[in-house]
Amino acid sequence: MSQPFRITKTLDARGMYCPGPVMETAKVMRQLNVGDVLEVLATDPAAKPDIEAWARRTGNQVLEVQQHGDTIRILVKKLK
Amino acid sequence: MGEGGEKRKLSIIVFSGTVDRLMPVGILASSAAASGYEVNLFFTFWGLQAITKKAIQAMREETLKVDLNYQEFGPMIAKRMSEMKYPTWYQLIMDAKSQGEVRVFACSTTMGFFNIKREDLADFVDDIVGAATFLDRAQGGETLFI
Repeated sequence: MSQPFRITKTLDARGMYCPGPVMETAKVMRQLNVGDVLEVLATDPAAKPDIEAWARRTGNQVLEVQQHGDTIRILVKKLK
Repeated sequence: MGEGGEKRKLSIIVFSGTVDRLMPVGILASSAAASGYEVNLFFTFWGLQAITKKAIQAMREETLKVDLNYQEFGPMIAKRMSEMKYPTWYQLIMDAKSQGEVRVFACSTTMGFFNIKREDLADFVDDIVGAATFLDRAQGGETLFI
């Protein structure tokens, strides 16, 4: 699969339930720099809408969302 | 700051002391803190009982209290929470505090009713206040009574 985004870090949140994926995403994003891309892997069905809502609220950007079997892969870019 | 630059605020009056209600408090508080909300938690009555050092130390799977109407589910959800390695409600609150602007308040009148002293309260409690302080802090945001 082609990979147009350079991933800075991967967060494996598989097996975690709400609010785990959002909390861990927020923690890791805090350590990243503006422009960095975080790859989040999750199995919680709430991860997609929750991380999208979190990104809207905090002014960050969801670049891509893909479902691979039970795992959802979300790329989040740090904008501020 | 959220969209439009306004600061969002979530305030919760935590009246209940059973885990089925304390858990949503922890989940909402931590999610809100991670999303940049200011969070105010005001523990009163049975909620205040739950944030004493004694109550927290005594908390374990077998003693988990749920609403009496749903008592038969208590042991099952306690077991599932451990199997899922799900954090306790107070771990969620401590996590919320490390993530953002979260203040935990204890109701002074309830402390009087139950003869609870400052030193009896968990370390994550920021201050002992009354209703006027809570109303002032909650003004302009969303407020829940749980």
